[in-house]
Amino acid sequence: MKAILLLEDGMVFEGNSFGAEGQKCGEVVFNTSMTGYQEILTDPSYNEQIITMTYPLIGNYGTNSEDSESRKSFVSGFIVKENCPYPSNWRSGISLGEYLQKNNVVGLEGIDTRKLVKHIRTKGAMRGIISSTELNINKLKEKLRDYPGLVGRDIVKDVTAGKTYSWNDGVVNVLTGSEWKTEKKYKVVTFDFGIKHNILRLLCSHGCEVQVVPAATSAKEVLRLKPDGVFLSNGPGDPAPLGYAIETVQNLLGKLPIFGICLGHQILGLALGGQTYKLKFGHRGANHPVKNLLTGAVEITSQNHGFCVDVDSLKGKGIEVTHVNLNDNTNEGIISKKLSAFSVQYHPEASPGPHDSQYLFEQFIKLMN
Amino acid sequence: MPKRKDIKKILIIGSGPIVIGQGCEFDYSGTQACKVLKQEGFKVVLVNSNPATIMTDPEIADRTYIEPITPEIVEKIIQKERPDSLLPTLGGQTGLNTAVALAESGVLKKYGVRLLGASLQAIKKAEERDKFKKIIGDIGLEVPRSGCAHSWQQAQEIIKYVGFPAIIRPSYTLGGTGGNIANNVEEYKRYVDWGLDLSPKTEVLIEQSVAGWKEYELEVMRDRKDNVVIVCPIENFDPMGIHTGDSITVAPAQTLTDKEYQWMRDAAIKIIRAIGVETGGSNIQFAVNPENGKLYVIEMNPRVSRSSALASKATGFPIAKIASLLAVGYTLDEIPNDITKKTPACFEPTIDYCVVKWPRFTFEKFPNTNQELTVQMKSVGEAMAIGRTFKEALHKAVRSLEINRFSLDKKYINSELSLAQLRKKLRTRCWDKIWYVAEAFRRKLSTDEIFALTKIDPWFLNNIHDIVKLEKKIKSTALDKFDSDFLRQVKEYGFSDKYLATVLNISEEQFRKHRLRLGVEPVYKTVDTCGAEFEAHTPYLYSTFESECEANPTDKRKIVILGGGPNRIGQGIEFDYCCVHASFALKEIGIESIMVNCNPETVSTDYDTSDRLYFEPLTYEDVMSIVEKEKPDGVIVQFGGQTPLKLAVPLEKAGVKIIGTSPDSIACAEDRKRFNNLVKKLELRQPDSGTATTYDKALKIARKIGFPLLVRPSYVLGGRAMKIVYDEKSFESAVRNAFEASDEHPVLIDQFLDDATEMDVDAICDGKRVVIGGVMEHIEEAGVHSGDSACSLPPVSISEKILKDIKRQTRLLALALKVKGLINIQFAIKDDKIYILEVNPRASRTIPFVSKAIGVPLAKLATKIMAGATLDELGFTEEIKPKHFSVKEAVFPFLKFPGIDTLLGPEMLSTGEVMGIDDDFGIAFAKSQIAAGNGLPMSGNVLFSVKDSDKKKAVELARQMNEMGFRIVATKGTCLELVNNNIPSEFVLKMSEGRPNVVDWIINGKIDLIVNSTAGAQSVGDSFPIRRTALDKQIPYVTSIRAAIAVVKAVAAMKRRKISVKPVQKYYD
Repeated sequence: MKAILLLEDGMVFEGNSFGAEGQKCGEVVFNTSMTGYQEILTDPSYNEQIITMTYPLIGNYGTNSEDSESRKSFVSGFIVKENCPYPSNWRSGISLGEYLQKNNVVGLEGIDTRKLVKHIRTKGAMRGIISSTELNINKLKEKLRDYPGLVGRDIVKDVTAGKTYSWNDGVVNVLTGSEWKTEKKYKVVTFDFGIKHNILRLLCSHGCEVQVVPAATSAKEVLRLKPDGVFLSNGPGDPAPLGYAIETVQNLLGKLPIFGICLGHQILGLALGGQTYKLKFGHRGANHPVKNLLTGAVEITSQNHGFCVDVDSLKGKGIEVTHVNLNDNTNEGIISKKLSAFSVQYHPEASPGPHDSQYLFEQFIKLMN
Repeated sequence: MPKRKDIKKILIIGSGPIVIGQGCEFDYSGTQACKVLKQEGFKVVLVNSNPATIMTDPEIADRTYIEPITPEIVEKIIQKERPDSLLPTLGGQTGLNTAVALAESGVLKKYGVRLLGASLQAIKKAEERDKFKKIIGDIGLEVPRSGCAHSWQQAQEIIKYVGFPAIIRPSYTLGGTGGNIANNVEEYKRYVDWGLDLSPKTEVLIEQSVAGWKEYELEVMRDRKDNVVIVCPIENFDPMGIHTGDSITVAPAQTLTDKEYQWMRDAAIKIIRAIGVETGGSNIQFAVNPENGKLYVIEMNPRVSRSSALASKATGFPIAKIASLLAVGYTLDEIPNDITKKTPACFEPTIDYCVVKWPRFTFEKFPNTNQELTVQMKSVGEAMAIGRTFKEALHKAVRSLEINRFSLDKKYINSELSLAQLRKKLRTRCWDKIWYVAEAFRRKLSTDEIFALTKIDPWFLNNIHDIVKLEKKIKSTALDKFDSDFLRQVKEYGFSDKYLATVLNISEEQFRKHRLRLGVEPVYKTVDTCGAEFEAHTPYLYSTFESECEANPTDKRKIVILGGGPNRIGQGIEFDYCCVHASFALKEIGIESIMVNCNPETVSTDYDTSDRLYFEPLTYEDVMSIVEKEKPDGVIVQFGGQTPLKLAVPLEKAGVKIIGTSPDSIACAEDRKRFNNLVKKLELRQPDSGTATTYDKALKIARKIGFPLLVRPSYVLGGRAMKIVYDEKSFESAVRNAFEASDEHPVLIDQFLDDATEMDVDAICDGKRVVIGGVMEHIEEAGVHSGDSACSLPPVSISEKILKDIKRQTRLLALALKVKGLINIQFAIKDDKIYILEVNPRASRTIPFVSKAIGVPLAKLATKIMAGATLDELGFTEEIKPKHFSVKEAVFPFLKFPGIDTLLGPEMLSTGEVMGIDDDFGIAFAKSQIAAGNGLPMSGNVLFSVKDSDKKKAVELARQMNEMGFRIVATKGTCLELVNNNIPSEFVLKMSEGRPNVVDWIINGKIDLIVNSTAGAQSVGDSFPIRRTALDKQIPYVTSIRAAIAVVKAVAAMKRRKISVKPVQKYYD
């Protein structure tokens, strides 16, 4: 069965449908990770995005019950060159196609994904509609016209937790089945802007008693829980319209140690008086070199963001830039020593991606000590 | 961190001759290293005995020593050059072992030379198995159960806890030489003994076999600030138990989840840190249990390797170049990514295609050897293919191999085999397993069953199943039903025109036209290290069937160079050398160079070498597509060996401009009848000959010419199935074999010139003028394939008159054939008469050797001639007559194939070559022998056992050896002759005469040099154990009296004076 991707500039890609049937709008982006599609699909930061995988052969190892990063997939569409219907891996449960079907994600395969990626690279990430049910281009154009895109919209509210809960699972080694456990010494309130499970697991394994709270939780409510530290999670979309979260963080700064990742980094940046901007096509992959300016060491990092903190806007605000992306020199991390707050733009929790940056969790623990 | 200021002069040790397990990938890495270090302002001193390498070109390093790679010789170089540093990690196992020896013996300390990249301690931690095992355990990882034995007693203890099946690996050998899997005590004893013998340290590792597990390799880079990146994960198609060099491998890894991959990545990083490889690249191998993901660390190479060359080509990340920069102090973040220019090399490449590497075997050359694949490498080369899917890359790899297979079709195997035989075949570790897997799917075996039999991951199997399913549909579709949609799908799966045409029973050209009419054409995508995330500035391209083409051809003047494809016996690095020179020459004269090749080991497929690189199979279809896209001003076919030559006529027919010597002239030299006429017209001489299509006809010809005769099939390479026969009895089987080998083409029968001297001439011609490049005299007599014979430039025993006439004849032939470029002629001299054996109006195997001997880059000059220049304009109008002697010696793979004979004949068997240069012929020859691993003794016992016709000459040689202090030992007939001539000689029994016999003597280490010549099948058979034992015991031996003469000269020369070293640059002054 056919499926179509229509971009806002009129470019059309026609291929075959897999996964769920349907049609959905979203921002069309690409990810350069060669492994980890299940983690990517379940990362809530991809809410309202149509993901193109640059590696052409996807689905090879199927899906399993351990590698999901949230309760469901929030993506708007998934595009690959060749979907594998016969996965092979000792942990494999259902195939990628079946998984997408179950999660109601529309899949498109058999297109020149490299052409699409180059197009996005040159023109920038753009709105698009993926469809296997409606193939009439004009009708799809109409639909796409009504789709507002991500800028200026709060799409965190679609993915955040409905209520406060505690998290008790540590990181499990999939090869041995053993869980990484540490005595729980620190109470951490964790904002769920669209949090990945592996952040929760790592906090837990580093000795944190994790309380997950909805995005709109106020500073007062947080302080009432008497935590040792606050964690600001990753999440989807534009940070600028998240006034409530920025305000909360402003009210917490200086009172508690704060650690932020990705959207959490951007919210911290905004709370400290900085600004954010949209990158042309973002960073999505597992191979970006990030330099730690404090040590000079380079980490290979997992990335997923379309917006970025403007370092110039933070000048003179007592902020130190700690990390920089070596590919394009964009900001990847900041610290305010005075306010005991730090954050990174990339994903030290990996999943998918390299484990080079897990030391940041230890850094957070030290800050709470 | 910028480059270190304390480094000024760096010594690089190359890997020496091409052997199984050590191919031209080390020329690729070494050349990169020399170039970049020189650019950085360091003085680079290079030692490598292999003249066919680009790295030994005089302009690549500051000082180039084409000398044997032994610790003694390298010490002399160190003494002379006084480098402050040694980079030991670029010359394969040879380079590494030599560096270790120099470090351990204190030479490096004595001369104040530092090891860069990896310290002695780190190298030993990686290379010595017990140390390695302990370190791996210390960092919480696991290795298979194992133990290290230095004796059979120790080995018996170890097997108690390792258990069968067990792998036995001798330490410090190349490409796993001597590695085996033992299933019972008997095999175990045999392999342990053999391994102990082979290991330079008398050490074998005995290891639990994890045959059947999945195999992975990671290429890891580390800088001195401890930044570590993984360049590429590689997954083997073949499971553990087959040497990775003999396995089909795929990049990137296909069937690992991110969790498992990151676990493996973490392990690799821990390992490189624990071993302590300070800077540079390492290769780490893992085994994964397909049932539960359990991970074992198999081994680590603390140096660049075959796999790192593959990973470089597969990703566009130049590992050797970057390793060199890291070694001199740079850090990864300071080095730019050549391809994107804007981003640093400190990242992990991501690719958006699939790469398949496929080994090339030449078992047909060694019919008596066991073809089963094991942990010891047996392949002689490899092809790499890139496609957007595994299926496409797989198909492209099949046709890149040039084994006359274009698909997974059953016609290539005995498809009549029973189901039971098929199952048995699937269990066997054979090189052509994949065709049986395809057949199994045709016979409806399930994926599960095929997996159980082969242990090939179901993901690969199911992809093959997809191919078989589409193949079925193809076979039931008529040409007019091949509409554009179906054809596109078929091409996306990688099916070749050639195969499709065969199925449809039409010509390839007809099918091609149909395809082009439907608009189904390949596009070209870029290898860019980053999955299109950043713009690529390097046109490194591969074809695929997609919608967007990135080739963007320029409108400059441009020439396409067709490469040589995978290395094999008979066609190796020499031809790649010529192609690379063509590219360099075009650059010099401002013409855009476009390289087409599919061999990942080579310098030609470095994206740095040519202006544009197409990593593509060298078939008519693939080359035509490139030509149509690029529209070049010309195509060069005469440099890549037989591979492009075969394409010359079809390409020209299709309207492609072949530059240089015309395809018609090439055909004239190959076509017996036309060539005979030419020789007659020029009033030159050839051995009598005839062509037969039946045995009766052949016999008639044989009787007319008279024995001995040379029988050979037509249309084959490297002397396949060529045989010298002395009587009618052996004639019959030779003719029958020849018919079989040539697919029923006519058989050629030539008068064989017994005991003639063979000469090789390389010359260059611009159509008007001919200049001799070099005249070489073969050390072995005519009848030994020219690629296998040692030779000397200039000749040592040929009269000036004959030489002059040979040159005259060369000129005549070159002009008559209207050669534009290179020509190679083989002559035989018998009784002062000159016979023409063969004319090749193209680059020959000896071009790099001659170029190094005379200091003139012949292939470059030839390229410029093809582009329109004259010899006059190039300033090369007179033959160079060097005062020094250059000796080429061949290197053979016999050690890898137990039980085969080492006698040389008309079929080429050598994998590589070395060169010895000196002002004295004897020393030059001695150097060539040392470099080839046949170091000659200066004292001890020499065994003489020669055929009757050699006895007179043997007497003279024995006398000289005796005078030089050697003790002479001889078998009956020879001994009698020697004693009769008053040469003291000890009698030793032949094999058939009782014990202890000659073989016992050899085994007991009582023989130091063997001169053994034979005549007739009986004597060849009888003396086989002598040669084989000598080989296994690594005792130098010669099998012809001519070679013995050279050996005696060499020993005499070494008695006169010590071997000294001299850089090639000095020879050209």
